[in-house]
Amino acid sequence: MSMWIVGIIVLLVKLAVVLVVLLLLASYLVWLERKFLARLQIRYGPNRAGKFGLLQPIADAVKLIAKEDTVPAAADRLIFLSAPAIVAGTALLMFGVVPFGSDLTLWGQKIPLVISDINVGLLFVFALSSLQVYGVTLGGWASNSKFSLLGGIRGAAQMISYELALGLSLVPVVMYARSLSLVDIVNAQEPYPFILVQPISFVIFFIAAMAESKRIPFDLPEAENELGAGYHTEYSGMRFGLFFLGEYVHMQVFGALLAVFFLGGWHGPLLPPWIWLLLKIIAISLLMIWIRGTLPRLRYDQLMAIGWKVLIPAALLNILITGAVLLI
Amino acid sequence: MNSVWEAITALAAGFALTFKHLFRKPITEQYPEFKRPLPARSRARIVLTRDPDGGERCVACYLCSAACPVSCISMQSAEREDGRRYAAWFRINFARCIYCGLCEEACPTSAIQLTPDFENCRRDILTLVFEKEDLLVDHCGKDPQYNFYKYAGVVTGEGGKGTHVKEDEPVDVRSNMP
Repeated sequence: MSMWIVGIIVLLVKLAVVLVVLLLLASYLVWLERKFLARLQIRYGPNRAGKFGLLQPIADAVKLIAKEDTVPAAADRLIFLSAPAIVAGTALLMFGVVPFGSDLTLWGQKIPLVISDINVGLLFVFALSSLQVYGVTLGGWASNSKFSLLGGIRGAAQMISYELALGLSLVPVVMYARSLSLVDIVNAQEPYPFILVQPISFVIFFIAAMAESKRIPFDLPEAENELGAGYHTEYSGMRFGLFFLGEYVHMQVFGALLAVFFLGGWHGPLLPPWIWLLLKIIAISLLMIWIRGTLPRLRYDQLMAIGWKVLIPAALLNILITGAVLLI
Repeated sequence: MNSVWEAITALAAGFALTFKHLFRKPITEQYPEFKRPLPARSRARIVLTRDPDGGERCVACYLCSAACPVSCISMQSAEREDGRRYAAWFRINFARCIYCGLCEEACPTSAIQLTPDFENCRRDILTLVFEKEDLLVDHCGKDPQYNFYKYAGVVTGEGGKGTHVKEDEPVDVRSNMP
């Protein structure tokens, strides 16, 4: 009985820590994006709110909370209100299976540093990623606006197409790790990270992850200068903030997944394991921001063509080659 | 295969350029610390100037008010004992002013002029209505010599008949008779 209660308390503490760290990291990822993107464009980012603009995310949060909360008159109220929650919620839930260290031993108890070690962790991640499509589509449809609807439909089509490439690029990783559980995949990278044996998979997963989180060059669903603001046009105040934060949490989650599947998870010399995971997430985010600052946006047909006609055949070919290499 | 190679080199060139930008000093001019010097004829805040002898130039002729496209200037004329006109009150609503300079072009006495002083931001919009005491300055502005009453054909404290610039002395017509 007391073991059970201790277990629940440990779980709650882990949940609280992960949630707080994730939300802080997401808001400061916004800061990092603005400053880094600015430097790539030979300008300063925000540097007035606090030293180096470090209080800018807090100022933005205060501004968003103080804004009027409008719901379009003819919008479907329940769906309108729940769409940002679905987007942000599924993104946060994906962190439930990411390991951020080996087992910690406190007072004789072995505490696994993962919120929940499901033995089909990979499937769980994909299921949540598919549910996120709902958030985007419902947000676009429930806003009762043409721009939002177009943005939502394009977003849904884009996300569904790239999910196939996402899944197929991870099959070789599962082949190497012989398990779908993320903890086992990280442990299997103890000798060397999988990027060394699966570079093509890394590239395909990276491109598909950028398309899933609707980052430039794949951000047509929320194309600021073409579609109004796409599926989140009609959202104001903190609801918009939630969509926005959901996008950055999504970026972080895919950074974490890339780290887990290809970069060795929390492995690394000298520093504590969770710092390594954090460093890898930030490195991947910097790479995504660098790509954002360099490439133009893909036209919609180019986007779909790349998803279906380039990435999926490449991923299938990769699986064949990996299978052949593993057999020999 | 050639087009694939071209695509890769194009992408690499793009990424190399943005990477180089990381190590350049940003070209932004940060505003309050660095203020770019404006051209001398930049049109911003309006002032009412004085002539070189210290008197006000404005004769309240209403020409600037008529020329103003947004009707932001209003005034009331009055006359002093020595015959010189002046503005009893003179008001410019800077919330409406578009800084076009038409009033400066219309003024016959070079009284109303636009200066490059653009930092005129207030929190309360009603404090943007400037009265004559806010607008009057103690210098001659862009025209350091012009004194309207030295040229105008009226008798004021500046001088009587014949003492104005480019004016001849009045002729006694009886001395012209044969």
